[in-house]
Amino acid sequence: MALESILFWLFAMLAVGGGVGVVVHPNPVKSALFLVVTFFALAGEYVLLMAHFVAIVHIAVYAGAIMVLFLFVIMLLNVQEESRLAGVWGFMRYFSVVLFVALFVQLGYFGYQGFFGAENVPLVRETEIGTVEQIGTALFSQYVLPFEIASILLLTAMIGALYLSKQKLGLGEPARAARVKEALHEKEEAH
Amino acid sequence: MDSFGDLLFYLVIETGFLKAALVVNLLLVVVMILTLMERKISAWIQERHGPNRVGPWGILQPIADGVKFFTKEDIVPSHVDKFLYIIAPLVSLFPALVTFAVVPFGDQMTVNMFDHLVTIQFQVADINVGILYIVGIASLGVYGLIVGGFGSNNKYSMLGGLRSSAQMISYELPMGLAIISVVMLSGSLRLNDIVTDQSSLLAWNIFRQPLGFIIFFVAAFAETNRLPFDLPEAEQELVGGYHTEYSSMKFSAFMISEYSHIITASSLVATLYLGGWQIPGLAALNLPIVAEQLLQILAFIVKTSFIIFIFMWVRWTLPRFRYDQLMNLGWKSMVPLGLLNVVLTAAVVAFF
Amino acid sequence: MLSIPVHYFLILGAILFGLGVVGVITRRNAIVIFMSIELMLNAVNLTFLAFSNYLNNVEGHIFVFMIMVVAAAEVAVGLAIIVAIFRLRETVHVDDIRLLKW
Repeated sequence: MALESILFWLFAMLAVGGGVGVVVHPNPVKSALFLVVTFFALAGEYVLLMAHFVAIVHIAVYAGAIMVLFLFVIMLLNVQEESRLAGVWGFMRYFSVVLFVALFVQLGYFGYQGFFGAENVPLVRETEIGTVEQIGTALFSQYVLPFEIASILLLTAMIGALYLSKQKLGLGEPARAARVKEALHEKEEAH
Repeated sequence: MDSFGDLLFYLVIETGFLKAALVVNLLLVVVMILTLMERKISAWIQERHGPNRVGPWGILQPIADGVKFFTKEDIVPSHVDKFLYIIAPLVSLFPALVTFAVVPFGDQMTVNMFDHLVTIQFQVADINVGILYIVGIASLGVYGLIVGGFGSNNKYSMLGGLRSSAQMISYELPMGLAIISVVMLSGSLRLNDIVTDQSSLLAWNIFRQPLGFIIFFVAAFAETNRLPFDLPEAEQELVGGYHTEYSSMKFSAFMISEYSHIITASSLVATLYLGGWQIPGLAALNLPIVAEQLLQILAFIVKTSFIIFIFMWVRWTLPRFRYDQLMNLGWKSMVPLGLLNVVLTAAVVAFF
Repeated sequence: MLSIPVHYFLILGAILFGLGVVGVITRRNAIVIFMSIELMLNAVNLTFLAFSNYLNNVEGHIFVFMIMVVAAAEVAVGLAIIVAIFRLRETVHVDDIRLLKW
């Protein structure tokens, strides 16, 4: 087997294993770390697809920023392991398996076509389209308007996040104070 | 002979395997030297003697430290998450070592070796998105701290991990903005091109980008978790932060990764802002190529060592920031200044 | 680099997308649901890049770039919302966050 195939299968198994870990692990921090593994494996797959620029940006954005933010929030909120999966959601566990299979069959249809009966299977080709020059040229000529809109979107998101975290929340100070008092009272009664 | 030469040629030149191994080992040796250097410099600043028992002037102290770390009992506390606890030092060590791969420490030169005309690059991997690679890999250093802090299952470690994640995100932004300005001037993401772009003394980016230099330098302190930004491990507040629970070789791995981070950050400052391996006016002397090459590598080492010295000097001079001060500095001063720098540089590039 | 069929990547993308859907449906922790959505976005990215390579067209890369921008914006706002909800109700369990306004 060629080196690329070995790498592909290695990364694919890592990605799927990480994805399963994200979905099934009860502890959110572990889930996030599994997702990091998946992102790394996906970056490897991108490199195999000759998309070097996207691969590195993917690592810098997802693994370097987004997942660190996720971990920060999980650790800040001190989210515990989730135990409850009650009521109608307990049933969802079985439904989700069916949904997974259906979605997989639907989405993987093109792949199945490639599997069965095709004589000339399209292989990954060696191209230059993944380089910084090509993507930069496309971004700043043909797609300059979406690019600018993306920047406005980021600005909007930044202001929105700032506003959400700055805002005084609905409860207000008196209600919060009352709640603290109540909690203290309960503690005293318990003693 | 011929086949042996070919094999050697393949191993040494084509794969770059030997070069990578050499660079990683050199890096680790330099880390050893740095631990001694740090203690000697701190002693000098605080008017003490520093380590002077092991060997003449204490120069064998790092070896003694290494032996001590290796022979200590490797304790895994009972309440930790075993897998995360063990993997954290490795996760922390990996990005610190691989970032150095794209830093050029000398000009490329062509020599005749085993009847092959070979171009030797003094750089492990000359990839065309080198700067992006550095930004991407450098941002992974934080995982070692987070995983260690969380896996230790200790509130101080947890707080250390929490602090480091916020700190890294905050200081990556100004660092990226400073790098963007440099890239705009040189017009390439390849580190070798950035170095060759700074061919004369006045073309050094420290003179073309004084603001960017300061921003990058301060952000580098924060990224390496050095004082005045060592909040993740603040001894007085967090009893060592993320490495509170670690002992023996695992603790040592955290230390090695910290010093490798310093080396990488210093070499990056030298490469991006101080002209890398270039010596202004060296080409006019018409030296033989090997001498020129050696001088250039020496220049790179001298520049990097000077930056490392500044790192240590600052550590033993300035007190630690408070956490809100750190965030204020990051978000209210460095990011706006970085944006201003980018806009100014873009205007200069566009109109001149 | 020529030995891997393109459709392998598509199947991998389909598996990851399905896993993301399963995560969104079965998990009740708002942050983990968010992470599952990220997984789905990345599965789509992989598919875009595979098709981009197959058609030899740069537009797939541009699309991936845009998805990354949207994902970053979404995470910034979404996590801010989750933190705000936590400050108000002290939970991120989506079953406890049923009322639109209280």
